[in-house]
Amino acid sequence: MTSQPRSLFEKVWDAHVVATRPDGQALLAVDRHFLHEGSFHAFGMIDHAGRKVRRPELTFAVADHYVPSHSRAKPIADPEIANMVTMLEANAGRHGLRHFGLHDPDQGIVHVLAPEQGLTLPGLTIVCGDSHTSTHGAFGALAFGIGATEVSHVLATQTLWQRRPKTMRITVDGVLRPHVTAKDLILAVIAAIGADGAAGHVIEYAGSAIEALSMEGRLTVCNMSIEAGARAGMIAPDDTTFSWIEGRAYAPKGELFDRAVEHWRTLPSDPGAVFDREVRLDAADIAPAVTWGTSPETAVPVTATVPDPAADADPVRAGQMRKMLDYMGLAPGMALEDVPIDRVFIGSCTNARLEDLRAAAAVLRGRRAVVPGLVVPGSVPVRMLAEAEGLDRVFIEAGLEWGEPGCSMCVGINGDLVPAGERCASTTNRNFPGRQGPNARTHLMSPAMAAAAAATGRLTDVRKLDVRKLGAS
Amino acid sequence: MEPFVTLTAAAVPLDIANIDTDQLLPARFLKKPRSAGYGNFLFHDERKPGFPLDDPAYAGARVLVSDRNFGCGSSREGAVYALVDGGFRCVVAPSFGDIFAANAAKNGLLTVTLPEETVADLRRQLQNAPGATVTVDLPAQTLTGPDGRALSFAIDLFKKECLVEGLDDVALTLRHQDAIDAFDRTDAERRPWVVPGRG
Repeated sequence: MTSQPRSLFEKVWDAHVVATRPDGQALLAVDRHFLHEGSFHAFGMIDHAGRKVRRPELTFAVADHYVPSHSRAKPIADPEIANMVTMLEANAGRHGLRHFGLHDPDQGIVHVLAPEQGLTLPGLTIVCGDSHTSTHGAFGALAFGIGATEVSHVLATQTLWQRRPKTMRITVDGVLRPHVTAKDLILAVIAAIGADGAAGHVIEYAGSAIEALSMEGRLTVCNMSIEAGARAGMIAPDDTTFSWIEGRAYAPKGELFDRAVEHWRTLPSDPGAVFDREVRLDAADIAPAVTWGTSPETAVPVTATVPDPAADADPVRAGQMRKMLDYMGLAPGMALEDVPIDRVFIGSCTNARLEDLRAAAAVLRGRRAVVPGLVVPGSVPVRMLAEAEGLDRVFIEAGLEWGEPGCSMCVGINGDLVPAGERCASTTNRNFPGRQGPNARTHLMSPAMAAAAAATGRLTDVRKLDVRKLGAS
Repeated sequence: MEPFVTLTAAAVPLDIANIDTDQLLPARFLKKPRSAGYGNFLFHDERKPGFPLDDPAYAGARVLVSDRNFGCGSSREGAVYALVDGGFRCVVAPSFGDIFAANAAKNGLLTVTLPEETVADLRRQLQNAPGATVTVDLPAQTLTGPDGRALSFAIDLFKKECLVEGLDDVALTLRHQDAIDAFDRTDAERRPWVVPGRG
């Protein structure tokens, strides 16, 4: 039997179609469903309809959005925040779900925890009521964020109605230059195609620069697929992937693992697979990046100047640029490296893994931060590993705070906010107006770049600092 | 879910690209129950003097006409609750965040995608004649602007059916229960590693 060459996405999609409708909608089977505190609306919906969780063994609850970054010895002071954390525990308990709660030794941000626990595997369909679910595509899974009504649908049926998305392959060949990381790579992609450049598409990242990335780096890249509007981002599983998975708590073991690997090796796109759109970038052209505006698509090399709206012929677009500059408190023509910052945040599902913390610590070792800052590891295991290497001491001695794992200042709903008007150098994924707090100003960048900004008090080209040991993502 | 068939209502223009769900519903309101009145949280931190939604000339608008990538960002369905509870039934834009558009359809909020130039022209018409109405006919897939021109739009047929009939798709899915059960049985043999052991 001859068959059409298929892409990684097509193989994973085809293997999960339970039923199709004449209008092209497909009912997709879901292999993993992750829940966080925001799932209360969805539990309310299934409870209201008297429905049960169909596959509790594929459903995992993780407390991350509302958990405190500071001491967990005492109860959470804010009753509304405490209620979010306890409501998740109650809902998980009532439906018999594994719950990684506030005091669990494996607790962490769901998109850090699940790969770490071996819950994220190649070829799976993974959904979660969180847009950064695209992160898990780093393993060659089809993973995407859904809303509360869809969460309730998956709880009740372990399936989801979806229209087959279009495909886009982004090929990055070549070698990233020193101090240029996975974060800079994905920011360059978003700047190149725009914040809606991949709307309606699943991206496959390919090319030698992608293959050379560690799992941490691949997770960073896929994480921000949503910031280019993509439904999901995927990377072909390879030996880097398999060796990361082997031996992890929930990963298949022994003969089952070998069988799984044998199957996973069939997943990468076939030669000749066709994509609806192809984009190419040269790794050597990518520089350490920062954003100047209130959309991730405003990423530019840190050596650039703030753009001038007057140079845009379209009055609507020029007006939108002026609005962003006004919000960010920047003037056209300013050198970004002259922009002073008020604080740094190192953390989030984008950049809170061990490799990220190592990269930031490499810059801060022996230096003092001249602005306040918070470093929040992505999970308890990441925190423990970092402490075993003494990274916590580097941050604390530099004058930064060392926090407990969670989403923290990326979304600010646990109370970690950037004060109004302050400018934050942040390793997070969104610089939207008000994202880190009302009237907070966010500049997105890599962990090494955020650490460099902490050391100088302004946006800084990390390549101009003397840094001995380099991290990657 | 309230079915959506036709609508004639005032429309408000919003000349902002990349309106994200954090702007539609700031994150601090996510812990509120729906009964808290999400309409009051809509664009909460954007309500500065001159914000079109607060302009009395656009009072009672049920259609929002904005710019590209509307509803990008977070998957929070609360952003849709805020629009719906704030009286909106339709958003028109050149493109939408995928998750937002899916959430909208589940809550009776119609998203109409039209070319960038067409949407810019609609916004200009509404700016020149504040309070002007538009008419949306979902079965016919047309939107008629203040200038009386009927614009055709494309929509996913499944989404259209769910909106027009106000369908709950869990009920629809349960009609496929046998197929789901059969899939689970076959898949357990084909990919036995999918169900994780307890760590």
